[in-house]
Formats: sequence, structure tokens, C-alpha cells
Amino acid sequence: MKMITINKSEWADGLQKAAQAYRLFGPVKEKEFHSFKRLQDGVLPDLACLNTRLSPKHLIYPQSEVMFDYTLDESRADHHILKEAARDDSPQAVVGIRPCDAKAFVLVRMNFDTPEYQDPYWIRAYEATTLVGLGCAAPCSSCFCTTAGCGPYHEEGLDVLLADAGNHYLAKVLTEKGAKFVAAAGWKTAAEPQAADRTIAALKQASESKITSFVQTDNLRSTETTDLHNAAFWEEVSFSCINCGTCTFSCPTCWCFDIQDENRGKAGVRMKNWDSCMYPLFTLHGTGHNPRGTKLHRVRQRFMHKLKYFVDKYDRGIHCVGCGRCVRLCPVNIDIRRVCNMMNNFAASGAACAIE
Amino acid sequence: MLNPYLPYPVRIDDIAVETEDKNLKTFKFTFLDPGDEQKFAYKAGQFAELSVTGKGEIPIGIASSPTEKGFVMFTVNRVGLVSSHMHAMKPGDVMGIRGPMGNCYPWERMQGKNVVIIGGGFAFTTLRSSIVYMLHPDNRPKFKDIHVIYGARGPGMLLYRDELAEWERRDDIHMHITVDATTDPNWKYNVGFVPAITEKKAPPAGDDTYAIICGPPIMIKFTQPVLDRLGYSHDKIIMSLENRMKCGIGMCGRCNIGKEFVCKDGPVFTLEQLNKTPREY
Amino acid sequence: MLSYTEKIREIAGRLLQSGAVEMVIGFRAGTVPMMNEPHFAKTPADVQKLVWDSHCGINLANYLTDRKEKIGVLAKGCDSRNIVTHIIENKIKREQLVIIGVPCKGMVDKRKIAMKAETEITEVIEAETTITAKGHGFSKTFEKKDVLQHNCSLCIHRNPVIHDEMVAPPVVEQQGVDRYADVRSIAAMTPEQRWKYFEDLLAPCIRCYACRNACPLCYCPTCFVDESRPQWVGKSLDPSDVRTFHFLRAYHCAGRCTDCGACERACPVGINMRTFTKKLEQDCLDLFGWEVGLDPEVRPPLDVYRPQDPNDFIK
Repeated sequence: MKMITINKSEWADGLQKAAQAYRLFGPVKEKEFHSFKRLQDGVLPDLACLNTRLSPKHLIYPQSEVMFDYTLDESRADHHILKEAARDDSPQAVVGIRPCDAKAFVLVRMNFDTPEYQDPYWIRAYEATTLVGLGCAAPCSSCFCTTAGCGPYHEEGLDVLLADAGNHYLAKVLTEKGAKFVAAAGWKTAAEPQAADRTIAALKQASESKITSFVQTDNLRSTETTDLHNAAFWEEVSFSCINCGTCTFSCPTCWCFDIQDENRGKAGVRMKNWDSCMYPLFTLHGTGHNPRGTKLHRVRQRFMHKLKYFVDKYDRGIHCVGCGRCVRLCPVNIDIRRVCNMMNNFAASGAACAIE
Repeated sequence: MLNPYLPYPVRIDDIAVETEDKNLKTFKFTFLDPGDEQKFAYKAGQFAELSVTGKGEIPIGIASSPTEKGFVMFTVNRVGLVSSHMHAMKPGDVMGIRGPMGNCYPWERMQGKNVVIIGGGFAFTTLRSSIVYMLHPDNRPKFKDIHVIYGARGPGMLLYRDELAEWERRDDIHMHITVDATTDPNWKYNVGFVPAITEKKAPPAGDDTYAIICGPPIMIKFTQPVLDRLGYSHDKIIMSLENRMKCGIGMCGRCNIGKEFVCKDGPVFTLEQLNKTPREY
Repeated sequence: MLSYTEKIREIAGRLLQSGAVEMVIGFRAGTVPMMNEPHFAKTPADVQKLVWDSHCGINLANYLTDRKEKIGVLAKGCDSRNIVTHIIENKIKREQLVIIGVPCKGMVDKRKIAMKAETEITEVIEAETTITAKGHGFSKTFEKKDVLQHNCSLCIHRNPVIHDEMVAPPVVEQQGVDRYADVRSIAAMTPEQRWKYFEDLLAPCIRCYACRNACPLCYCPTCFVDESRPQWVGKSLDPSDVRTFHFLRAYHCAGRCTDCGACERACPVGINMRTFTKKLEQDCLDLFGWEVGLDPEVRPPLDVYRPQDPNDFIK
């Protein structure tokens, strides 16, 4: 594993060089909030950002993505036949992504890249993407990454981990993709590996000690699914929910989508759009029957999916990286940390949920 | 990389109205590229996404049997946007099929066993596929007794009526056709709800007997206790579920019951499996 | 307003104990600064969780829609006007409710405070007229009136218009408020400027529908954006679909919107969709002399026909 020193004076120049070979994205502040945007014309990623308002998942998995084109014009030989839409899978790099958001892609991959089926849209975009992460020196009070299988200097999912060491960055090159990016940027000053490791370890420890918020997950796997599903607390947990999609859309790990056709004249597209388990329409049958017809059903589904079904299905921990976005953005303050701990500390009792 | 969202183009060969209310039509499709038929190799119990450009897709059980070659067949109930549009389509029109999807009925486990098929209403499609499959001369010896209990609201609401009559005449399958009620003086089969007929006609439970149930929720709700009373163990009760689906390949996230996706891990489950999972279907 | 909490608990406890209501809907303390969570109290333990401060901005009328039980509900001026609207529109019956009036001095806009802070705010301490925000190595005290939600700073109905109990004597209503300065400034723009303004306004929308779902008026069983037969609006982020959603939603609220600010407060990307509803509010005032939610006996202007209704638009 290569360790490189990037003097901050070489930073802008390196990114400019990298921009020859990559479409660059990074956190940029617009009005009140930071978000991940294309870095055009030498704009630098704002690395002082605490974290972006919304996650960068859209860079690999756009909220709306055209899969196919078709024509309804019956005078054309190929009418009503779907053809793959043109798309840009040229190399892109996300500079300044947080370790939590990078780890999220590892979790989402389990959904889109399976032994039986591969989602070509997600996979091609993922393969075209290099994640150049910045170790997180100032976690927010709502961050709980260290107990969500992640952490402020977590490396899983990253291609390069940057650590801000004052007048320079230490770049830990973690993958082949990462090595290519660093080479394209022309950063080649080798760092003394042991000293660099010690610096990163110290930064990591300092950052982790600032994290004050935790979840308990140790009992989730051993608790019976149907007991947890039937717990009386779901009424209290779901009461305030307004069933908007803020939690799911801001979440870096939520992956659910809808497929829609849209026509304009005789031409049309079939596209994937983000969807949300919070919406009643998500599960509504054609007959009008809805297996998750109340908000209690839907709130329960969201938490059960993240904190129980996923845990059971993959045995890779919870479907959450502790980024805290849903905690910060929920309009009514439903807090996954509280719910996770309730689920983890649940003991089956006589009291049961009013809704099956 | 294969694109699992890309349907095979097909042409509608034939459309038959199945029921007197005209809400069910059976579509026969042939593949525009004959090579696609091989790629679409399926087993009885699986489903596919029927794709109408400009409207969308619907998951529908495959009604033809893998033993029937040269076409695939689906019976579509008119309920929503896509199915209503399909009901207005004509032979010769081009659409798409994506699949096959999901698991099938447990054919290997059922080899050498008695099979009881219990169906209601328009959920008889994959059961038709199963019956045709089992009755094929190559396959019939692989199974012991075959019973079919199938009911609908009235005689005009039964699917595949010509085939039902044909099966009635055979001696290697025990047919128990029933209707909820009828004023037809010539009706020569059973009258009564499926659970009641099941109680009277289903063979005794045993290690050698599997029951496959497919029907509306109300039928399933009342048939299950009957099978319990008859002593069927829950690992011998096979059920096929329906949920709203989009992708059909376990990715879009909506059809799950607990950690299982109905589209990919199902749609066929044993009751024993369902007992361990939230009943969100 | 800080003294309200004890009184609220006293009233809630009494109503539950006497059996006058089956639940009391209020707020419990949030898990992050400047947020409280809508909460229902059924037991004495639940009652002890009820709180009141300047972070109770969510409109509780939203939690009454189609409920069948007898409910005690806390109501600020705006909440009470939405309760009136709910009663008019048959979403709840007056007899089901014990309305616990909360005279309001305005809710604090957490985004305003966040923008004035140099760092993440980890704690907020409230006094009668001030609010102190603290973060790592940071502490700043604001006059509440400077950091109110915009709608609250324009509010002329801070006292509940309908109530069965009051947690305190009425507060003094704001006088001489210029409620439509924003509408005027947009109206003064050229069409090009205005187009650009609306384009920028809606550009960040992710169609999460938090605005719609936080709104007590948006109770349709199936919203027009969710209809599939016919499908009125596309589902992607196409700007014309995003705009259609916001424009149509605003029109559905014309003459019904109390300017409670729930939509704007709920929006995760900071869109001021009150820009639309405020214009329609002013139109209803100018054209019909209408202020919503003041009288359960009077239906909103777009819900009734009167011969003297303005009809200049019919050519």
C-alpha cells in the first residue's frame, strides 16, 4: 500500500491535472448547504465542509436515470422495442467524499451486484468511479459511524484516503483505481510509511474521541424477526412520521427505485427513479390491497429493513453507516439511533403491535 | 454484462377472452428473435414481467408449460394501467417479456409424491402450467396421485374451461371443479367454496403428499385451517405469493416480506417459511 | 412560553384522567437541538414527556386527519386555524376535540440560527426573549424576534382562534405587519427575472414531498402526483414536472393555507415554497376579503359561489 505526501501547494495543480482524465466531483457550497457537484473550471472541493446536506449516492445512482429509449412510431421497423440509452461511463472521481458515504457504496453494491443478477447501470457507474476520501476530523454530534460499522477514517470502499496533516495531506492509496488517480494528478512524493501511519492513527483517534453518539446492535441478529415486527413500540415510533421521503432520499444506503415510462410525442424512455418505502404507492397492489397500508407498516419496514432484515440476509452488520443525515433532516425528529437501541434492547413481551 | 431490465421483444399471436366478465384475457406470444425462446427457458411456477412500451411492466405468472414449445402464454386480469392497455391490444402487436423470474414450485421435492393443487379465481395460471407439465407423458410417471381443487364465483368465471373439461375426462388426474353458486341446470360439478370442497375431497395428509395453494387472500385464509385439520404439515403446504413488483430481480426493494423478496426468493414459499416472516402480502 | 410546559402537563393529565379524551397530542423533547417531536400522551408517564418551547413548529392539525377517537390537541394560532379548516372539510369533528390553546410568540427558524453560527450547534438554551446557541468553542445569544421563522414574524393570529382550554392568557398580536412585501418584490420583477427566480427557487427540489406531507391541508387519499390513471405529472426531476407539483399544490391550498410554515420548515433542501402560497393568500384577501380558519361556519371562497364574487377573468 502506497503512502504519498501531497503538499497543499500541489493540491490545486494536481486536481487540475486529474481533471484531464476524470470528471471531478466534490463538495461545493451553494447558498446554505454543501452538496456534491461537478468541479468545473478549476473549482476546488470545499474540504472544510462538515458533510454535505444530501449524500453523494446520486453520483453513481442518479435520482432519475434513463435506461432505455424507444419509439412508438409504427412506421419505424424498431417500434416498441427498447434500446439501451446512451450514457457517459467515462472515468469520474469524487474528491472529498467522507468514509461513511464511501462505505455506503459497499453496502449498496450487495443489492445491485448479486450472483444471480447485475444491475448494469449501477455497476458501470461504480466501476467508472474513483473515491478519493477525506478522513473526517470534525464529526457532527449526530454522527454515530463508529458503532455503525464505519468510522471517520474507515477505508472500506475508498480508493484513496486523505488525511489532513496541517500543511500537507497524507494520501493512503488503497486500490489500483486510487493509484491511477494519484498518478494522473502527478502526486508522487512518497511518505515515510510508518510515520504516516502513526500520523493517521493519531488523527483517527482524535476524531473518534469526538464522537459522542452511539447505537447498540449486538442483539439484533439473535432477536426473532416476527417478535420484533410485532413489538408494541412501533405505534409510538411511527406516530410523528409524515411519510415523506426525506430520510430515504438523504440516506447514502437507501437504494429502492421505481421504473417508469415517459413519452414525448412518439418517442419515449424507460427510466429508474428513486422511490421510498415511506410512500403508500410503493407497495399498493393493482387491486387496491396494500400490504403496507399504514404509516406504521412503512416506518416499521424502513427500520426493520435497515436494522434486521439486512443484518439477517447478509450478515454484514446494519444497513446504515451512521452518517446522521436522516437524524438531522427528519422534519419531525424521528431518530434512527433511538429506534435502533429500542430494537436492540427489545424483549418479547405480552404487548403486541396493533397492526399485523 | 447482460441487462436484466431489457425485455425480449415478442409479438402477440393470439388473444382469447377467458371469462364471461371479459376481465381476463389469455395472450399467446412468440419471440421476434426465435433464439430468445431458448434464453427464456422456464419452469412451472415462475413469472415474467410483461412490458408495454410507454406504459410500463407488470409481473404475471407464466400460464404455459415448459412442455409447450413455440409460444409462451399469460392470462392477464384487467386491473391497472398496463393490463388495461394490454386488453386493448391486438394480435400482431409488439411488446416485451422479461424473465423468467422467481423460483418455481418444488418439482424435485415433489417427485414420487401425491400433489394436490388448490386454486381459486384467476390465480390458476401457474397452476395450469403445473398441471400441463405434470400430465405430459414424460413427466406423469414422476408423480403419484394428482388432485385439482379449483373454484371460481360461477361457471363463466373459470379459466381454461376446455382444458378443465378435457382433464375431467382423464383417469390420471382427479378434478374437483367447483363454483360458489350457479343457476345453470346443466352444471355437473361441485357447488361450494374452495375450503369446503377441500375439506371433502382433499386426499389425507402424509409425508407423501404436497398441497399447492394459489388464490385470493380470502380463499387462502380459510383453506389453511382446513389443511391444518386434515393434518397437512406446514412444510408440505406450498404457496405462491403476489406483491407489487417493479424490477422482478430483487433490487427495487418493494416486494419483500421480511428479508425475502417475493420476486426473487419467491414467489413460491412453504407455509413453514411464511410462518417465520412478517405477513406483508 | 417556557412556563407553558407545566400547565400543558397539568391540563393533559386532567383530561386523560377524567376520560374527556383518549390521547393528548403535543410535543416531546427532541434528540437534536432545535427540534421537538410530535408526541401522543395516553398515560401519566407520557404526559410527563410533553414540553413546550420555541421549537414546536410542526403543525399538529396534521395528526388529526380522519382520527376517530376523542383527542386533546395543543394548538398555536396557526394550528387552531387549520383545525377550523379540518372541521369545515370534515377531517375531524369538533366534538372529538378538546383544543388546548397555546398563545404563541413565534417559532424559531433553526436554519437561520445555523447560518449565523460558525460551527455545528450542539446545544440551545432558551430564555423568555432570547435564545443562546452553543457549539464547539462557540456561544452566541440571539433575540428571538430576529431568528423567528419568516411566517411567524409576519403572523397576526398568534392566539388560538378556537379553544377549550388555554395554557396562558392571550399574547399581544403583532400590529402593522407588512405581510406581503415578498409578494410585491416578486411582482415587481420582469417576467424574465421572475422566471429565473422560480427556476432557482425550485432547482434543489428532490421531490421527497416533505412539504406536502407536513401540510395539514394535503390529506388527499391519493395526491395528483401519485395518480397513475391518468398520470398527470412525470416522476423524474424534469423541471416541468417539479414545477407542476409545486404550482398545483399551491393552488390546491389557495384560500385554505394559514401560512403555518410547516412546508418550509420540513423541506430538507431549504426551498421557500411559501413564495407561492403567500401570493394566493394575498389574492384571497384582496379578491374575497378572506382570511382562512377564523370561523368554523364559513367555507373558504374557492369552495362556494356568491353572485358578488369577482368575475373579471371571464371574458
